[in-house]
Amino acid sequence: MKTIAELEAIREKTLKEVGMRTDNDSIRVVVGMATCGIAAGARPVMQAFLTETQKRDIHNVTVTATGCIGVCSLEPIVDIIDKEGHKVTYVNMTPEKVAKVVLEHLANGKVCSEYTLKENQ
Amino acid sequence: MNANARGCMEKDERTHLVTDIVAKHKNSKGALIPILHEVQELYGYLPVEAQETIAKEMNVPISEVFGVISFYSFFSLNPKGKHKISICMGTACYVKGSGPILDKLKETLAIGVGETTEDGEFTLEDCRCLGACGLAPVLTINGKVFGRLTKDDIPEIIEGCKTEGGSVL
Amino acid sequence: MQLFRSHVLVCGGTGCTSSNSEAIMTELNEKLVKNQLDAEVKVVQTGCFGLCEEGPIMVIYPEGTMYCRVDVKDVPEIVEEHLLKGRLVTRLLEASSQVQEDEQDIEKSSFFKKQLRVALRNCGRINPEEIDEYIAFDGYKALTKALTEMSPGEVIQTIKDSGLRGRGGGGFPTGTKWDFAAQQINDEKYVCCNADEGDPGAFMDRSVLEGDPHSVIEAMTIAGYAIGATHGFVYVRAEYPIAVHRLQIAIDQAREYGLLGDNILDTGFKFDLEIRLGAGAFVCGEETALMTSIEGKRGEPRVRPPFPAVKGLWQKPTILNNVETFANIPVILLKGADWFASMGTERSKGTKVFAVGGKINNTGLVEIPMGTTLREVVYEIGGGIPGGKQFKAAQTGGPSGGCIPASHIDTPIDYESLIELGAMMGSGGLIVMDEDTCMVDIAKFFLEFTVDESCGKCTPCRLGTRRMKDILEKITKGKGVMSDIDELETLARDIKASSLCALGQTAPNPVLSTLHYFRDEYEAHIRDKKCPAGSCKALLAYEIIEENCKSCGLCAKNCPVNAISGNKKEKIPFVIDPTVCVKCGVCFEKCPFEAIKK
Repeated sequence: MKTIAELEAIREKTLKEVGMRTDNDSIRVVVGMATCGIAAGARPVMQAFLTETQKRDIHNVTVTATGCIGVCSLEPIVDIIDKEGHKVTYVNMTPEKVAKVVLEHLANGKVCSEYTLKENQ
Repeated sequence: MNANARGCMEKDERTHLVTDIVAKHKNSKGALIPILHEVQELYGYLPVEAQETIAKEMNVPISEVFGVISFYSFFSLNPKGKHKISICMGTACYVKGSGPILDKLKETLAIGVGETTEDGEFTLEDCRCLGACGLAPVLTINGKVFGRLTKDDIPEIIEGCKTEGGSVL
Repeated sequence: MQLFRSHVLVCGGTGCTSSNSEAIMTELNEKLVKNQLDAEVKVVQTGCFGLCEEGPIMVIYPEGTMYCRVDVKDVPEIVEEHLLKGRLVTRLLEASSQVQEDEQDIEKSSFFKKQLRVALRNCGRINPEEIDEYIAFDGYKALTKALTEMSPGEVIQTIKDSGLRGRGGGGFPTGTKWDFAAQQINDEKYVCCNADEGDPGAFMDRSVLEGDPHSVIEAMTIAGYAIGATHGFVYVRAEYPIAVHRLQIAIDQAREYGLLGDNILDTGFKFDLEIRLGAGAFVCGEETALMTSIEGKRGEPRVRPPFPAVKGLWQKPTILNNVETFANIPVILLKGADWFASMGTERSKGTKVFAVGGKINNTGLVEIPMGTTLREVVYEIGGGIPGGKQFKAAQTGGPSGGCIPASHIDTPIDYESLIELGAMMGSGGLIVMDEDTCMVDIAKFFLEFTVDESCGKCTPCRLGTRRMKDILEKITKGKGVMSDIDELETLARDIKASSLCALGQTAPNPVLSTLHYFRDEYEAHIRDKKCPAGSCKALLAYEIIEENCKSCGLCAKNCPVNAISGNKKEKIPFVIDPTVCVKCGVCFEKCPFEAIKK
């Protein structure tokens, strides 16, 4: 038999998993997953976002894939779009860079400017 | 062992199963209808000998058992064909033309609603809304749904059943 | 626990299962493994999304993209394009959202925009076979609140204040019903749920049971607490195997979690539930008949009073509410009576689910605030009538209800306005009819239904409905006389006045309502021997319009009885011999020049 506290624990735990199905105002992480992106290693980058956010218990983030952005030389490319729609584009991403971006940008709201598009051009 | 003897044994065995079903439900209130559901599952219909067993085991007159069976359209006193065709006569299907489809079925199978073909292959039934109104008009054959039908689809569907377990479409 | 970046929800309601959604799930899982996406993407089977016309339906979160009429063959493309590369498969998007790709979110499509999902809040969002998902979306929170913070009286008062009325047809105030039962002093009381959805064309209760069974279990437990009952029954149609299966799973899970049983949530409150299967008798949707059927007898109605709240199941105080009514209860307790009462019209609060079907583009389930007009339902949510045909009428309330003609299409839908029009809310079947639907034929259809389903206890209903049906049959065959209309009206009045239960009391409604709005159609059948909608076969006469005929001979070639003659070479227009014609309509369908009229 479950107590009220246990019920609440189940609620919190499952909500993390299914929360994406409600209207949410979360931050969106968009990974370029066209052929060029995948060839350049977008898949491990996407997986790194999932494991890192889970590890740090960050819930207000959804990770999605998108098509070719058109700058194939800079792939893997990741856009992070906040609630207001401001977009930061990270380029030449690797799983190691993802760990830092998750910690600084997603957890603490500080843009990792060394990986952004502007710095790399 | 000849076929007759085997038939007898099966009959005996099933009578035992009926007794078991009754025993399982006997102590709960209002058990008759759940019992009839399970027995019909066993035989495909409710033969007189099963009704007799139920009445005896439940210690009620057989007229009461029969009275309940005859009241509900879900319970059947006759065996069904190998392919049970149910055409939906819900309002949505009717408005979208299930009437002409039923006519075509009657014509193709040469039987009426509630009847079984002589070879025991097909039983034709009409049923209430199946809730697949998005696919109207709809029929089911042994539970498999055929939707967005026209009367011209009928011969093909029937042929499909005859040639092979009914996997048309 | 594993987090996924994307959830793919596949509809497992009866409509979509009928069009192969199971095979789509299997294929999807296979393709995900093949593309190594199975660790990132989760496949979930849910209840009905409501847009059954476009089924099988698939929704992909977090984007909320809805794909329609998905075929097994489309699955590889969805996986490789959408899930792998993040590109939309535009050809499978719902028609109205195709215009703007940004607006791919299902919430924004015209089918969902005007809807307000309260009773259906979890349908198409959770996996109905996972109690944890229900709990995540505030499931069993209302029960916790009731058991720990509220007295039974406060629960009843909240339901009363919300203005919730029974969604099964009659519209009796739910809180008042509960109050009657609560006031009875008895050692045993019962809570029953009417899931014997017999109205042909209505399937919202099934969708709730299939898509969100726990909401019904939670609500019935709350009702048990409110009236002091420890035992409940859900009476479900045997024709709903998926609903029965999911409800049983849900009951087992709730027992395992101690949300049903002897000591619920460690509060000492005791309540348990049982499923009872119906056996195909429409009359068992009537409350007293339903209870007689649970008792294991012939489901015949009995005299009221005493009302079930005083003497119901096994002579004990019993409340009976339908599935949709129960589905509203947990939200009302959580969000408050004021929130609920803020939706709808003055005397009809909240929302109502309609099963919209018939001659309409978007067949499906829609939930709208009370007071939404029929026009909005038909043209905005329903997407209008197929083939550019004219809206003629909508039928609500099934065999107990009536028609709303085109002239009243702007009526706001609530309990009172529908009754005023001679229709009724009923359980929420809404069948749209166009110019090709014959209203006499529809009346006959419903009468055939009630003749079949009359339990036979009261003579006026048993014999009277049959007599009415015979008259209607005579009229549709062109053998009616004007006095038949008067006789229909007399019979209708007598049957209404002298039947015991609602089945008989409302059986004449379809006739009275069509007579009221479409008397001219009855008269055309009788006086002119014509069916204006061109639907009654006996009254049809196919005729070739000479000036349109190009003498192509296609009609004659296809006629099965050689009733058409003419000359192709000499360009002599073709004619139909009415004495030979069997009115099969083949020539009408085959003519490329619309030269044949009926």
